[in-house]
Amino acid sequence: MQQGGNRKTEKLLLERSVPGRVGAVLPDLDVPAQALPDKALLRDELPLPEVSEPEVVQYFTGLSQLNFSIDTHFYPLGSCTMKYNPKINDEVAFQPGFAGIHPLQPIEQSQGALELLHKLQGFLSEITGLPAVGLSTLAGAHGELCGMLMIRAHHLANGDAGRTKVGIPDSAHGTNPASAAMAGFEVVELASDKDGNVDLEALHEIAGPDLAGVMITLPSTLGLFDTNIVEVCRIVHEAGGLVYGDGANMNALLGRVKLGDLGFDVAHLNLHKTFSTPHGGGGPGAGPVCTTSRLAPYLAAPIVTQNGEGYELSTPEKSIGKLSGFHGNFGVLVRAYVYIRTLGGAGIKSISGNAVLNANYMMNALRGVYLLPYDRTCMHEAVFSADWQKDRGASGLEIAKRLLDYGFHAPTMYFPLIVHEALMIEPTESETKETIDSFIQALIDIDREVTENTELVNNAPHTTPVARLDEARAARQPNLRWQPEAAD
Amino acid sequence: MTATRPNPTGVNGGHFQSHYIPNTTDEQSEMLAALGIDSIDQLFADIPDEFRNPTLDLPAPLSELEIQKELGGMAAKNRPLGSGPSFLGAGSYDHFIPAIIKPLITRGEFLTSYTPYQAEASQGTLQVIYEFQTLVCNLYGMEVANAGMYDGATSLAEAALMACRVTKRGKVALADSISPAYSAVIRTYCQSQDITVETVDPSSPALDTETACLVLQYPNFLGYIEDLQSLVDSAHAQGALAVVSTDPTAMGMFQTPGHYGADIVTGDGQPLGIPSSYGGPYVGLFATKQEYIRQMPSRLSGRTVDKNGKTGYVLTLQTREQHIRRERATSNICTNEALYALASTIYLAAMGKHGLRQVAELCYHKAHYTAAKIGELPGFSLPISGPFFQEFVVQCPAPPVEINRKLMERNILGGLDVSEQIPNGTLLCVTEMNSKEDIDALVTTLSEIK
Repeated sequence: MQQGGNRKTEKLLLERSVPGRVGAVLPDLDVPAQALPDKALLRDELPLPEVSEPEVVQYFTGLSQLNFSIDTHFYPLGSCTMKYNPKINDEVAFQPGFAGIHPLQPIEQSQGALELLHKLQGFLSEITGLPAVGLSTLAGAHGELCGMLMIRAHHLANGDAGRTKVGIPDSAHGTNPASAAMAGFEVVELASDKDGNVDLEALHEIAGPDLAGVMITLPSTLGLFDTNIVEVCRIVHEAGGLVYGDGANMNALLGRVKLGDLGFDVAHLNLHKTFSTPHGGGGPGAGPVCTTSRLAPYLAAPIVTQNGEGYELSTPEKSIGKLSGFHGNFGVLVRAYVYIRTLGGAGIKSISGNAVLNANYMMNALRGVYLLPYDRTCMHEAVFSADWQKDRGASGLEIAKRLLDYGFHAPTMYFPLIVHEALMIEPTESETKETIDSFIQALIDIDREVTENTELVNNAPHTTPVARLDEARAARQPNLRWQPEAAD
Repeated sequence: MTATRPNPTGVNGGHFQSHYIPNTTDEQSEMLAALGIDSIDQLFADIPDEFRNPTLDLPAPLSELEIQKELGGMAAKNRPLGSGPSFLGAGSYDHFIPAIIKPLITRGEFLTSYTPYQAEASQGTLQVIYEFQTLVCNLYGMEVANAGMYDGATSLAEAALMACRVTKRGKVALADSISPAYSAVIRTYCQSQDITVETVDPSSPALDTETACLVLQYPNFLGYIEDLQSLVDSAHAQGALAVVSTDPTAMGMFQTPGHYGADIVTGDGQPLGIPSSYGGPYVGLFATKQEYIRQMPSRLSGRTVDKNGKTGYVLTLQTREQHIRRERATSNICTNEALYALASTIYLAAMGKHGLRQVAELCYHKAHYTAAKIGELPGFSLPISGPFFQEFVVQCPAPPVEINRKLMERNILGGLDVSEQIPNGTLLCVTEMNSKEDIDALVTTLSEIK
């Protein structure tokens, strides 16, 4: 859709500026003007836009229309759980009694908020089988940092300063090694075996007195439930290490198994994946940390505790400290609470059932069309390889880009790193069978196009606001902000 | 999926069908048949039997109607800022939020999109980030800004870690005038690195050639403007970086930290159109000099062209980031606060050159008017002299907790108790949201306290 006039989005805010235009009117000063400080303390110019309110609304509306999103497109981005984001969650979080409260106001004036947080801690504990929960971490990777600092603090408290290594499977998200490194650990990569499970021999090799622990994503980023998991936890524990769980893929396991029962010591959840809070083009998220009673004293501050009839914020006894300015991404936590209350126990279990059913249905329909490097029952997502198509001239990247022309967001590409030409597809439970069927058909059609019209696929996308972008130029000559002299 | 509702009046009788999950039992059967199995449970056979299908003790599902009632009740137990005058700030500020922000940020195309890794399908988000980077640079007088961090506290902690990488030094000096919460978060982030964190007096900061950075807050935690030029110079004299956490609203009138030569400038974007929301989600602002760009954490959107020569935007310099560099990344940050970077961008667009200056000046004049009035009250004094913006400390004739109780009897939310730093001290914040009536009510109530 092409907009005309000032509704075109090409011009940036500062290019649109017309001296004298204003986008907001404020009240007049109603107290006597006060002496200004020394002029040297004040700035001369404020290089911000001068645009009227209609222009602002039209410009940002136009920009929004350049995006794919869950509300407008099927978004089967593996490992991201792009499920429907319920509108009631937003409505509740935006009401003044939640959005309008100050984080430092006296706790007797925020009892409703604290009650909600306390109950959410309980729900997440019940879902993970881990008795203690902290909500102050602001994203998945932030939760990972918290958990790894807790593991470090636990070993140090036991006089175990020699535990410096953390084992991380070669299929893991990049945040895992990055978080372990930020927590001061040396990362040791753990190989996967031929079935996509953690290779037990490789694990045995690192399970020594210098092992602090391992970071495991369950199901793995191959979309598989690691059938060695109980043994993995046993080996790590026997060596004196602890098991961290990356909960990015919890959508597969809700109500089916509890991480605590399997032997995990500490795990984070991604409320912006499993618990339906909107991803907002890259955030906000929330990464609550769930843990055992043994590690509970190390949780980041604050946690919410019940005191008689009321609720309060408190600092766990041996807390690693504060990891965020206040108490966590409250607005996100409210949305997740509403989601869990709406679905209840039966609905929560229905999520994993339908997410896993949809993924297997799709995987089965595409078996034989795209290579399945690990051909087993998958969990919430299936990882294909585009190796067969690459032999005919189109890589996974081209296939992903071609899907955009069919009106589908691309799957995750080239991840996990251990699969050539990986296409990681996660349909989620909130899509209809009709949508999944048409997506399957699109992938079958594209496979045919690879043979019949390779150029069509390799020059895709053809229908998006821009064609394939020059990423090398962006990195070689970084242009990261608009400046008048740099204007085209 | 066999659970029942207590009153099976719905279309599916006793069967609970969630309105978020389209598959009906018939469709499930059809899909299972395609897989050659007859129950969903069979898909979970890889889970060891003894752990599969545990009891799940969660409350029964609620309809949207019930949710609205229950959550409305919980919300009613809180006292929102709008329900009476508020003079509480200390890191989360009550400012005017233009009505256009909420409808724009809740557009599904923004709200329900992912991180813009597929550039062709995410030009809206990528262009917004580029606008955000531009406006943050202009606000702070800096050369480059990223797509945002979690919040003001974590931005500052990441800045301290970045300064250690840039200088290859291991000592972080915190001015004792920065927020105690920010200081705590920096210490948590540094605890596992070989980094020593010390506190210094900003009136004569003891720095040496091991110091990686001097960390400052502008205005400082208690609201006052320090001699930023001499502090930045004293850091540079030792080869250390100057890291300055800066209130973006103050940038409507005060000189930029970039002007003084600051190396990394961070801040919390909450005052720029984001509700206080009990402390989050906010957005961390993060800007630096061009020369340090490869040590920067978090995403960057760069302007480029497509294969037809049309201008477009992509995530760039990603080799700094965790998904490429893994344990050698500049930070583990992945998900940030993109939606609230969007909110701040819309705010800065709407307020613009004139509006932000007006907001800053309204805060300044109202705060100084309030301080002058309270300073005249017997028993009350202003223990700190020097220029301030919208926050200042009042020394009270009684403990602030008692003062605040008296104020709340008149439905006035008082300041933050800082009596640990200043005996009977309260940190008051006055913004454009406080009318003269609000301020006079505060002063009158205080005058009745003996």
